[in-house]
Amino acid sequence: MVTQLTRRPSSALPLIRKQKTHVPALLIRWSLIFSILLVLSSAASLAFGSRMVGMDGLVDGLFNPSVETYEANIVRKRIARTVFALLCGAALGVSGALMQSVTRNPIADPSILGVNTGASLFIVSGIAYFNISSAASYMWFALAGAIITAVFVFGIGSLGKNGATPLKLVLAGAATSAALSSLVTAVMIPRSHVMDQFRFWQVGSVGSGSWDNIVLFSPFLLFGIIIAVICSAALNAMALGDEAAKGLGVRTGLIRLVSSLGAVILCGAATALAGPIGFIGLLSTHLVRLILGPDLRMVIPGAALLGGVILTASDVIGRILGSPGELEVGVVTAFVGAPLLIALAIRSKVGSL
Amino acid sequence: MTHDTITLIKVGRRKRQRRWLIVTGLLTIMTLALSMMMLMLGNTIHPVGEVIRALFGESIEGVSFTVTTLRLPRMLAAILVGFAFGIAGDVFQTMLRNPLANPNVLGVTTGASMAAVFCIVILGANNSVISTASIIGGLATVIVMYVLSRGKSFSIGKLILIGIGIQAMLNAAISYMMLISAEQDIPSVLRWLNGSLNGVTMSAIPPIAIAVAILVPLILLFSRSLSMLELGEQMATTLGVRTDLTRVILILGSVAMISIATSITGPIAFISFLAGPIAKRLAGPGFSSLLPAGLVGIVLVLASDLVGQFAFATRYPVGVITGIIGAPYLIYLLIRMNQKGEL
Repeated sequence: MVTQLTRRPSSALPLIRKQKTHVPALLIRWSLIFSILLVLSSAASLAFGSRMVGMDGLVDGLFNPSVETYEANIVRKRIARTVFALLCGAALGVSGALMQSVTRNPIADPSILGVNTGASLFIVSGIAYFNISSAASYMWFALAGAIITAVFVFGIGSLGKNGATPLKLVLAGAATSAALSSLVTAVMIPRSHVMDQFRFWQVGSVGSGSWDNIVLFSPFLLFGIIIAVICSAALNAMALGDEAAKGLGVRTGLIRLVSSLGAVILCGAATALAGPIGFIGLLSTHLVRLILGPDLRMVIPGAALLGGVILTASDVIGRILGSPGELEVGVVTAFVGAPLLIALAIRSKVGSL
Repeated sequence: MTHDTITLIKVGRRKRQRRWLIVTGLLTIMTLALSMMMLMLGNTIHPVGEVIRALFGESIEGVSFTVTTLRLPRMLAAILVGFAFGIAGDVFQTMLRNPLANPNVLGVTTGASMAAVFCIVILGANNSVISTASIIGGLATVIVMYVLSRGKSFSIGKLILIGIGIQAMLNAAISYMMLISAEQDIPSVLRWLNGSLNGVTMSAIPPIAIAVAILVPLILLFSRSLSMLELGEQMATTLGVRTDLTRVILILGSVAMISIATSITGPIAFISFLAGPIAKRLAGPGFSSLLPAGLVGIVLVLASDLVGQFAFATRYPVGVITGIIGAPYLIYLLIRMNQKGEL
């Protein structure tokens, strides 16, 4: 063994060294690009809307608190919404990355698996039967609904010989979603005030972004991201298959449980405050994986950044297209994300997806 | 083949035929009974005699208006739409040889819905425009699905995934149009999510009646070829079926019928999914399940609408009831298919 190592042909050495330096360079370049995108989308989110703000107003609003022009005030009002969009996007991105690696399945996203509808049902029932109206109670109901639905959908989807294949999971998600949305309608119809309150939540919008919501949301985001970071190395090993991961000393059951919990908490919390926004997890994870490769230690931060960028940019697009009102961001992300789902379905044989 | 086997086959065939006839007969009787109930029940309950007299044009004070103007269109719509959904769903399921492959899952109804909502909310169009637009919407969805799922490796799974993707987009568009629609439209908005018979007027009946009258005979005519297609493409060709022609006619016919039905009541959840399997279970093998499926569709719509109207303190639209019945069955079916390893 030792002799074999020392006898390695000399031509292989530079190749290995080159690969080692290859990764950080790529990482630096792309984190730079992501940061620029982040700044650009945030600036756009502050400047565009039913009333455009110029460069001066933008700078005044952000950096000169003494200036009290109309435009500067508009910018200040938009800060909370922008931060909220970035955080929600990050949460949904990481949630998608975790779900995809736990289920080892490229078509996993909270909206496709029906987790969002579970959160919806619990929130509607909460409004109707328990008179909840504060954002914090929305949060707890949504989390409970998301967790129960996720357990149910994964349970059905992983029955049978081959475990959880994409098709099975998606179908289980769609069927559960259909059942739950019938129940949502049934709860809603006798109560017109619930219907009115819920109608706007249901489309998915970051318009509800306020500092209170951000404060409420941050602990969950932090908790979820910490879980994701801790689990990422173990999940990398699990990508090789459960047997190999166990051989490397990974407690697969525990990791799977903890990271699913993290994924559900992230998407449940985001859904509670912003409504069901689909496809962010799917989009950001696939883009990041395309750029940075499959290593989860890079995919997770990348998905967080890119998720924030995509959600914020979609929100800006929605505001521009829907001007003078707005096109809710959930509508925009569906139109961007669904074609990706279709492309994934077309490109690969579903059995081996 | 000996004489005995031939008699055995004949006896078996007669048995199956008798079963088919009995089931179809019973379903027809149920349809008639439920339709009568639709006309009799309501805020005031009218006796059978008065209802029948009102139907034949006699004007009875307090009865004629409720029966002929309010309840009759509702009943007719329920029957026609249920029949259309049932038959078209069975065509899809039989042709693609998979109970999951129904117009709901594949997004046809969502396409028709989206076109109808667009006409109502954005254009404020009249009935004939809405019907035409929803046919175009339904057909366009099918064509897009066909183009996308074509290629070397066709599979039902791929078709379903693409359908779910297309539905996500269409649903997003529908919910956006609902948001910008006027406040007083909110109740009618729900129709386009789940389907409802509320507020159907006599003027909505002719398009679906014409469609059913033309398309159902056409589909039944081709149903023999359909049952041979069930044996597989090659087998059907060997038996002399023109497979492509059969497919095109059946698909176009069912899609047109479903689209018009959707433009009137919205996509009543799961009827096109439930009717086929129930009819097959009831009527047994050997004879076409199309007609029983259509009748099961009618019975489901009528019964669910009666339950939705009168069983609870509030009146629920029919689609909510069928959704609550249908979705658990879909989940059950998935569990069964997963355990058998068919997915």
